[in-house]
Amino acid sequence: MKNKFNVITEKLGFAVLTACLLVVVLIIVIIFTNIIINGHSAISLDFIIKAPTDGMTKGGIMPAIVGTFLVTVITAIFSIPLGMGCAIYLNEYAKQNLFTKLVRISIRNLAGVPSIVYGLFGVILFVQFLHLGTSVLAAGLTLSLMTLPLTITASEEALKNIPMSFREGSLALGATKWQAIRTNVLPYAVPGMLTGTILGLSRAAGETAPILFTGVAFYLPYLPKGVLDQFMALPYHLYIMATQHHDITLVKPIAYGTAMVLIGLVFIMNLGAIILRYRLRKNRKE
Amino acid sequence: MGNSNKRNRVSFSKKFKEASIHGCFLVNAILVILILVGIFALLVWTSLPAFKEISITEFLFNTSWNPTSYVKASYGILSMLVSTLIVTIGAMLFAVPIGIGAAAFISDLASNRVREIAKPVVEILASIPSVVIGFIGITLVGPYIAKVFKLPDGLNAINGSILLGIMALPTIISLTEDALKSVPKSYTEASLALGATKWQTIIRVRIPAASSGIIAATMLGMGRAIGETMTVLMATGCANAMPTNVTDSVRTMTSAIAIELGEVAFNSTHYYALFAVGLALFLITFAVNLAAEIIFNKKQKL
Amino acid sequence: MIKDIVIEAKDFNFYYGDVRALTDVNIKIEKNSVTGIIGPSGCGKSTFLRSLNLMNNLILCAKYEGQIFIEGEDILHKDIDVVELRRKVGMVFQKSNPFPKTIFENVAYGLRINGIKDKDLINQRIEESLKGAALWDEVKDRLHASAFDLSGGQQQRLCIARALAVEPDILLMDEPASALDPTATLKIEELIQVLKSKYTIIIVTHNMQQAARVSDYTAFFMMGKLIEYSKTNLMFTNPEHKITEDYVTGRFG
Repeated sequence: MKNKFNVITEKLGFAVLTACLLVVVLIIVIIFTNIIINGHSAISLDFIIKAPTDGMTKGGIMPAIVGTFLVTVITAIFSIPLGMGCAIYLNEYAKQNLFTKLVRISIRNLAGVPSIVYGLFGVILFVQFLHLGTSVLAAGLTLSLMTLPLTITASEEALKNIPMSFREGSLALGATKWQAIRTNVLPYAVPGMLTGTILGLSRAAGETAPILFTGVAFYLPYLPKGVLDQFMALPYHLYIMATQHHDITLVKPIAYGTAMVLIGLVFIMNLGAIILRYRLRKNRKE
Repeated sequence: MGNSNKRNRVSFSKKFKEASIHGCFLVNAILVILILVGIFALLVWTSLPAFKEISITEFLFNTSWNPTSYVKASYGILSMLVSTLIVTIGAMLFAVPIGIGAAAFISDLASNRVREIAKPVVEILASIPSVVIGFIGITLVGPYIAKVFKLPDGLNAINGSILLGIMALPTIISLTEDALKSVPKSYTEASLALGATKWQTIIRVRIPAASSGIIAATMLGMGRAIGETMTVLMATGCANAMPTNVTDSVRTMTSAIAIELGEVAFNSTHYYALFAVGLALFLITFAVNLAAEIIFNKKQKL
Repeated sequence: MIKDIVIEAKDFNFYYGDVRALTDVNIKIEKNSVTGIIGPSGCGKSTFLRSLNLMNNLILCAKYEGQIFIEGEDILHKDIDVVELRRKVGMVFQKSNPFPKTIFENVAYGLRINGIKDKDLINQRIEESLKGAALWDEVKDRLHASAFDLSGGQQQRLCIARALAVEPDILLMDEPASALDPTATLKIEELIQVLKSKYTIIIVTHNMQQAARVSDYTAFFMMGKLIEYSKTNLMFTNPEHKITEDYVTGRFG
C-alpha cells in the first residue's frame, strides 16, 4: 500500500539516483569548460603547426601532435592484425578446452595490468632486448600490447554479431572454412571491429606511462626522421608543462592549450567510433 | 555412374592450406598468453637481482624507501603500499556510491531517450586521458582542497582519491549497469506484485540481487585505481614518507616507479628494486582481478 | 528398369557425444527421385539430412558409425573432400538465409568461391539457376537490388537458385516451406516437381500432406530409427507397420 511515507521516500530516493548521474555529467562539464575557457586563447593555427620556442614559453606544439600521431599509427599497425587475428581464432576456430580458457583469462588479466607495468615490460623487451633503443617504434609496440585486450574484445563482439547462418550458408555451398570466414563473415564484421579498435587507439594516444621510458622526450629540435628516433607527444608535453617547467605561470596557457588539443583529438576519435557504431546499428536494423 | 571413386579425396595442398591458416590464428592466440606470461617472467627476471641485496621482509615491511641514501640505502615499500591503499580506498568511497547510483538511474529510471544520452556520456568520461585528469587535479581540485583544508597546496591523498574516483567511475557504472540488467525480471515483477514501490524494489531486491556483479565491478574499479600512474604522479605530492593523515602528500607505487626510473643507474640495485616494485604492483592487480573474476563466476553459477 | 542408387546409408549410426541420435539407418535413394522424410519432432530427420552433406561436422561432439555412400563413395571416410561434397550435395535451409548482398551476388557467391571468374559464364549460370528456381521472371529486371527486398517465398527460391548455381547432383531441403504462406509453399512444391528431372531431392517436412503431395518415396523416422521407407502412395494407403499407420493417420504427432 502506497502510504505517504513510502511516496516521499521514493521521491527522495529517485532524486538521489538522479543526482548521482548528474554528478557524472557535472564532472565532465567542469573538466571540459575549465580546459576550454583557459585554453582557447592559446589555440591558433600557429599553435598547431609551429614548434615550441623560447624554452617552451612561446610557439606551438606541432612536434607533439606529430609525435602522438606517429606513435598511434605504429600502435595501430601492430595491434590491429594481432587483435583481429586473436578474435578470429577465439570466435571461429577455438574449441571449448583448457587452452581457450587460458587465452581468455590472459586477455582479461592483460586488461588489468597497470600502464606503468607495460612501460617496464617495454623497456626490457623492446628498448633493451630487441635493441630498438628509446624510440617511436619501441613506444608504439608497448602501446600496442596495452591496447590488445580492448581490440580483441571488441573484435570478438563484432564477430559474434554475425549470425551462424552466414557461415552455414557459405559452407553448404562448398566453401572451405577460411573461405567462408573471409568472404562471408569478415566483410560484415570489420566495421564493428574497427569501432572497438578506434576506441582502443584513442586510449593509446592519451597514454603517458607506457611511453615515459620507451621513447618520449620533452624537447627535440627536429621531428623524428625514422621509427628509431625519439619523439615528442601530447600527453607527455602536458605532463611536463604542468609539473616541471621552471616558469609555471608563463606556460600555463600553453599547458591548457595542449590539454585542449589532446582532449579534442581523443574526442574526435571517439566520436568517429560512436558514429560508425551508430551507422552500423542502423544498417543492421533495416 | 561414372564418377571415379578416388576423385573426392581431399587433396594434400588443400588440406595444408586450410591447416596453415588455422595455424596462423592459433599462433596469434598463443602470443596473447605468452605476453601475459612474458610480462610476469620479465618482471621476475629483472627484479631477482634486487633480492640478492634486499631481504623480502625489508622490502615488504620497511617503511623507509631511500635507495639513494649515502648512509644506508633502504628499500622498504610499506609507505608506498599504504599510500596506494589510502588513495584507492578513498577513491572507492567516492566512486562506489555515486557509481551504483548512476548505474541504477541509467538502468531503472532513465527513459530510453535519456539512456541514449547517458551511456555515451559515461563513455566520454572514460575516454579522458589520465594526464588530463591529473592536470585538473593540479589546476582545479587541488587549489580547492587547499582552500577548504587551509593547506599550502592541495597535492595530497584527498586530491588523489577524488581524481582516482573519477577515473574508476565509468568502470563501476557500466559493470554495475550490466549486473542490474541481468537480474531476472521475475524478481522485479514479484516484488511489485506484492505492493512494493519501484524504489523499494530497486533498493531491497534488484541491487542485492546484483550484488556479486556490483562487487566484481568495484574490484575492477579498484584495480584501475591501484594501477593508475599519471594522475597520482601529478596530483598527490609524491612526498617520500609514510602518510599519517589524508591531507598528507603521498607517493604511490606507481608514482615511485615513474619518478625514479628515469634517473636511476642502469643495472644498479635501485634499478632492480624499482622493477621489484613493478612486480609487486603486477601481483596486486592480478590478485584483485582474479578475485573479481571468481566473484563474477560464482554469480553466473546461481 | 533398375534405377541408379545415388545415396545409400548402411548401418548408419549418429551420436551427439554419448547420446545416440540415429540407430542403424539403412536406406537406398534413387536418382532423380523426391524422397520425403517425415516423423515427429526430435525423431532425427534433420540430423539424418545434415549427415548427408556432413554439415553435422560443425557440431563438435558429432560421431558417425557405419557408411553413407554418395554416388558410390563413402563420405564418412576420413580423407573425404568435404568441401567438394558440399558442392555436389546442395542444401536449402529451413529459415531462408540470403546473404546481405544483391540478388545477383547471392547466386554468384557459390561460383566465385569455386574459382569461376569468367563474367559471361557467371551471368549465364545465374540466369539458368534463377530460371531453375522459378524466380527469373520476377527478378530479372532488378538483379542488383538487395536480396532483402524480396518476399519470404522469393528469398527461399533465391536460396534454391543459389544452391543450384554450383551444379549439385543432389538437393537437400530442410523444411523449406515451413516459414512460408500457402501460396509461396505451393510455388516451392511445384518447383520441386520440376527440379526432380535434373536432381535427386530429399526433403524433410513435418507436414505429412506436403510429403504426400510432393514426394515419390517417403521415409518415416521415429526416435532415431528408420521405421519404414516405401513409395509414397503405399505408405499413406497401406503402411507396413502399425506405428506408421498411427502417425500418418494423425493418431499422434
